[in-house]
Amino acid sequence: MDRFRNAIRGAALAAVLCVAFMPTGSFAQAAKIAVDGSTTVGPVAKAFAEYYMSKNPGVNITVSESGSGNGAKSLVNGTCDLATMSRFMKDEEFKAAVGKGVYPVATVVAVDGLAVVVHPSCPVQGLTIDQIRDIYVGKITSWKELGGPNVPIVLISRDTNSGTYESFETLVLNKQKISDKAEYVGSSGAIRSRVQSTPAAIGYLGLGFVDKTVKALKVNDVYPDVATVTSGLYPIARPLFMFTNGYPKMGSHLYSFLNLYLTQKGQEIIEEIGFVPVTKY
Amino acid sequence: MREQLLISRGARRFKRFGALFGSSLLIGTASSSVIALLFIFYFIMRDALPFFRIEGVREFFTSTHWYPSREQPEFGALSIFVGSALVTLGASVVAVPLGILAALCLSDILPFSVRQVAKPVIEMLAAIPSVVYGFFALVVFAPLLQTHGGSVLAAGAWMVAAPLGLVAVAVGSDVVAARLPLRVQRPGRIVAAATLGALVVAVLLALTGMLNRLAVSSGTNALNVSIILGIMALPTIVSVSEDALNAVGRELREGSYALGATRAETLLKVVVPAAKSGILAAVILGIMRAVGETMVVWMASGNAARIPSPWFDFLQPVRTLTATIAGDMGEADHVTGSARYHVLFAMALCLLAFAFVMNVVSEYMVRRSRRMKG
Repeated sequence: MDRFRNAIRGAALAAVLCVAFMPTGSFAQAAKIAVDGSTTVGPVAKAFAEYYMSKNPGVNITVSESGSGNGAKSLVNGTCDLATMSRFMKDEEFKAAVGKGVYPVATVVAVDGLAVVVHPSCPVQGLTIDQIRDIYVGKITSWKELGGPNVPIVLISRDTNSGTYESFETLVLNKQKISDKAEYVGSSGAIRSRVQSTPAAIGYLGLGFVDKTVKALKVNDVYPDVATVTSGLYPIARPLFMFTNGYPKMGSHLYSFLNLYLTQKGQEIIEEIGFVPVTKY
Repeated sequence: MREQLLISRGARRFKRFGALFGSSLLIGTASSSVIALLFIFYFIMRDALPFFRIEGVREFFTSTHWYPSREQPEFGALSIFVGSALVTLGASVVAVPLGILAALCLSDILPFSVRQVAKPVIEMLAAIPSVVYGFFALVVFAPLLQTHGGSVLAAGAWMVAAPLGLVAVAVGSDVVAARLPLRVQRPGRIVAAATLGALVVAVLLALTGMLNRLAVSSGTNALNVSIILGIMALPTIVSVSEDALNAVGRELREGSYALGATRAETLLKVVVPAAKSGILAAVILGIMRAVGETMVVWMASGNAARIPSPWFDFLQPVRTLTATIAGDMGEADHVTGSARYHVLFAMALCLLAFAFVMNVVSEYMVRRSRRMKG
């Protein structure tokens, strides 16, 4: 009797182990999509996920926002199916990915303009990109030099870990060192909350996070909005990516999820968040 | 019958093995935390040492240029060490006197029923997640410092200085009166108290005026974080030192009272010295909490990697070791094993070494105070 019971136990254990170590194939992917990466693209992925799950109740989509670098890392390590990134993958990331048998494929889902924002009470209306650079490298330190009151400028920057920072570094700083007075915060929302509560602050963040509590400045006389960003007039703009491991199998859930941005609903979602869509319905 | 009492060789062996197995299991369990510590040391060392091999030691400890993400990265962490030290110092200034006084008040001054309510409430401070403190520091306290920074500081100065001033006036007038001839002692004391009081108020008002003119340009600074970290370290300090004060026991207190000591004398000359080692342990635990805290400093210290000038200017943003480790880990690439990844472990190693030294020092001091007593 005991032996019989033990045999059953052994079989049950074996079955459990089998399930636990079963290679995560198409079956697992169909029911579950893990998204990780940029805090800038995150809101899009979250809205997409909400919409997609309401249409396909059997699918479970988890969206984490841990920064573009972490997204790439997760895709390389196979802990996510789709990496959202606000910059293109770097050489090293590509190499690491290919070394691990992951082939990153980029899809541009939207375009983002980086708005330079100040407190609504700030008298300055616009700056040139050179002035913004001089502010951030510490050559201009007082609002007085820009036609404002005589108070020191408080520099707010995203942490160096973020795709937003890297875009700002490449699009604006032009390889110069950011001032050591710059304060770093961990998210675009934190930039906005710091700027809206600090009269002397200047910060930068994706167009999608600009609201009435902060004032977006004209850059080189161009105001950041949908029209100027799509036409390429606004100088601080960048594409937003979703990376997958190879192009997803057509008809799979990952495929339909990735291509949501091409649908009318997808465009509405992207516009609602404040990014600029690549489609025109 | 006799054969049944004897244990067979097999059974005896089984028994011995059983005992061996049991004791080794217990030893293993008991040493698991030590082993965990050794493993932590080993793994942090393993990832920290490559940094010093790649970049050398000198730049890390002497330069203030922290640009880890550039193409030619610079890893000067001096300003980050200074930031951590400043924040820790500030938190201790806030938490240590307040915590020890609160513990004294709880253990010896407040009635027992109040203590029974107050202590759990203070300990509840420890249960609040640090991200909540961070959110408060960022969203409520930082803007408050910016808009009413001078007044907040002035109010703080009054809160600290007014009671101290009162004590100073009382003691000072007593000292002055004691030197006067007996006949004029009473009016002399009143006059002395009045002049001293006026002096204290004048100094305080001047200080308030000075602080009120102070403009805080950025609310996320060392002061903000110091105060919040001080509040976070409070429950540890209060709770542990209150336990130490309680452990002193009734006999010592009653003996002191029986010898005619006042309550103040009993507290300062008997109870506190007897509980010294416990209070010291509480202070060190509290400081370690402030050193190791990450979320609050990441959210509310400003994270600017630069030494404030002058160094004691707490109204400037600072960057700490913990915040740097947390903030830079995402981009640091462990696949290629870059210096940018290993530098974070070098920082972790420094934090660990600091904690280790603190613990050894506290252990040594506790032992010494015990030996002196014994």
